[in-house]
Amino acid sequence: MAVTTGIFTNNRSRISKFITRVWEPFIPVPLLGWLFGAVLAVAIEQLFGLPLARILGLSRIPALFGVLVVLNDPTNLLLLLGVLLYDILVYILPISVAARLTIAPANWIASRLFNIQGWISAIIHILLIYGILHIWSDVSDYRLLIVRLTLIAIIFTLSLNVVNGYMGEFSCSHPGFIALGAYTASIFTVGLFINDNILGPALLPASLAALMFPIGLILGGIVAALGAILIAVPSFKTRGDYLAIISLAFTFIIKSLFENLEFVGGPRGLGNQPNLANLPTVFFWTVLSIWIINNFVRSTLGKALNAVRDDEIAANAMTVNTRRTKFVAFLFAAFWAGLAGGLFAHVIRYVNPSTFGLQMLAEVLAMVYFGGLNSVQGSIVGAVSINLLSEALRPLEIFKWIVIPLLLIVIMVFRPTGLISFKEFDFFKIIKPKRTSQKDVEYAPTAD
Amino acid sequence: MEYFLQNVVNALQWGSFYALIALGYSMVYGVLLLFNFAHGDIFMVGAYISFFIATALLAALTLTSIVLPNWLILVLTILIAMIITSFVGVAVERIGYRPLRQAPRASAAITGLMIGIILETANLALLGAERLSYPQLIATQTYDIGGVSVTNKKIMIVVVSILLMLALNLFVRRTKWGMAMRATAYDFVVVPLMGVPLNNIAALTFALGSGLAAAAGTLFSLAYPVLDPYMGITFGWKAFVAAILGGRGSILGAALAGFLLGFIEIFVAYYFPSTLRDLIAYSIILLILVFRPHGFFGEPHTAQLRL
Repeated sequence: MAVTTGIFTNNRSRISKFITRVWEPFIPVPLLGWLFGAVLAVAIEQLFGLPLARILGLSRIPALFGVLVVLNDPTNLLLLLGVLLYDILVYILPISVAARLTIAPANWIASRLFNIQGWISAIIHILLIYGILHIWSDVSDYRLLIVRLTLIAIIFTLSLNVVNGYMGEFSCSHPGFIALGAYTASIFTVGLFINDNILGPALLPASLAALMFPIGLILGGIVAALGAILIAVPSFKTRGDYLAIISLAFTFIIKSLFENLEFVGGPRGLGNQPNLANLPTVFFWTVLSIWIINNFVRSTLGKALNAVRDDEIAANAMTVNTRRTKFVAFLFAAFWAGLAGGLFAHVIRYVNPSTFGLQMLAEVLAMVYFGGLNSVQGSIVGAVSINLLSEALRPLEIFKWIVIPLLLIVIMVFRPTGLISFKEFDFFKIIKPKRTSQKDVEYAPTAD
Repeated sequence: MEYFLQNVVNALQWGSFYALIALGYSMVYGVLLLFNFAHGDIFMVGAYISFFIATALLAALTLTSIVLPNWLILVLTILIAMIITSFVGVAVERIGYRPLRQAPRASAAITGLMIGIILETANLALLGAERLSYPQLIATQTYDIGGVSVTNKKIMIVVVSILLMLALNLFVRRTKWGMAMRATAYDFVVVPLMGVPLNNIAALTFALGSGLAAAAGTLFSLAYPVLDPYMGITFGWKAFVAAILGGRGSILGAALAGFLLGFIEIFVAYYFPSTLRDLIAYSIILLILVFRPHGFFGEPHTAQLRL
């Protein structure tokens, strides 16, 4: 036993040594440097992607880093080699080289920007991220769809994390909130701007649709928040499993309600939503939700959530108004879930009641618990990785639903609270320059 | 009046499925304070296992030309299915719950959900998407009692379920293992220190619950002889609701709440459009839980989440 352990630790330290050695040159790369690299990579793909893919024996640009192509035909080694070469030439090489070479200028620019105003630097970083996503998703409609759905999944996950992670309830009501938002926003846009055979002729010119879309989304959020009162009020008296059931019943009730409302199509669903949720819109709302939710959980009220989770009686004794805290948290989470539901409806451009059932509940819960409780970056990681994974494993067909659950079980066994849990998210810390050494000062003699 | 009695009979049959499944949830909850979200899928697995046993038994009997009465085949099927499915339940506990005994309860809920998905998918992958039809073990006979039509299957389903519940009650109340289970349910931190093996008790609880789920699966497929891999989902969640409604870990409560849920569903479907069934059923449950948040037989105390 001891020998085995010894070999194991030896191996492990060798691997970790290797990783450290590879990673070492990249330690001083700031986020800005990585973004430069990513811009370069997506630009290369945009300009030379197709000819390069043809040379490497691929019919078109691999949509998800070639995972789909390889899994569709796993025995074809030539294809695997082509995909690997493509990924190295287009992504890994440009990103790593650009990041390494621009350490000095990127750090300098990052520090200059940061010294002017933190938020200016933050906005520039966010714009860069948007640009990268825009160019990357420009290649195919499939990518565009995945990117938008992933961004929306981030809002779902974050808003559920407010209740399940920060407040420590096990709420199953999210599909209900999402459904409320999705239907409200759909009724708003389809009813006002589209000649629809369910909701009648358009009342307003279609040119106003894009302008009024945020109103529809916010209405969806507000309706979802009103629905959340049904969960929030019982939560004063009970918690834990009984609240889980109440929220589960809520999900069933909402689903059944929409199945029985003929004026929104009943079980057939409601389609024809205008194509309003384009990438900039979805990206804007996602960034806004991350910002607001992050500020919410770091505020006094957010800390009160943690207090309620850890010990409700003690929190009450410490002058935390537990009722108000729970009420606000449920309504806040439901608002964002509903708003994201509106976006979701306009990305898919069709909603029907069975979308918002137990399947969606399992997916959202999986994203929250995979990424990590009580952390914003955990939710982002969870939403992105589960979404991309379930897209990338699509060629495995039903075996996808064995691989992903197994992965989650492994995560739960080894990290029961998720990959990145109980961390505070500080965007300014992330965008800070990583190095301000003598060399940088020489490079930038005007720096003070 | 006749329609009413007819509905009572149907509701008793429908409720006995819920009650049997809810017992499994409730026992696991009572002992380990967590819900086995894979339980609905264990019900499905139980139905499939009993399908294979019934088919194999019938084939073996025709091969060896032994003539057994049909009720004996049925009893054998139920018993063997219960035993095999118990092992499935123990395996689920071993893989999904034992490693997470110290973890937050929500994490165990997630592993349960995921094991459920794996069971469904594995079934789909192994047996394909076409639905299987369960062999007719006993011929349906319809009796007419005062205008109410009662089939022999309905009577048998209700009687067998109630017998199983009584047997479970006897086991829990009168045996040493049952006493250990009750003690663990009382306090699963201190009681293991007194020499009660927690892991064995947990495995036993899962085995008992899964056995009852397999019985429910067999009875269900007798009444509705079409099996599909997703049959456990809606049933499982509804039985879960019944288990909560009955009260924390209460066997009597779970059984009664299962029957109550059956009654609500059947009567709502009779007096209202059947599409409103879920809406009204869950609204009633929501109302009950708002006014009695700890269920019928649960003790009112705020649960401390171990997060």
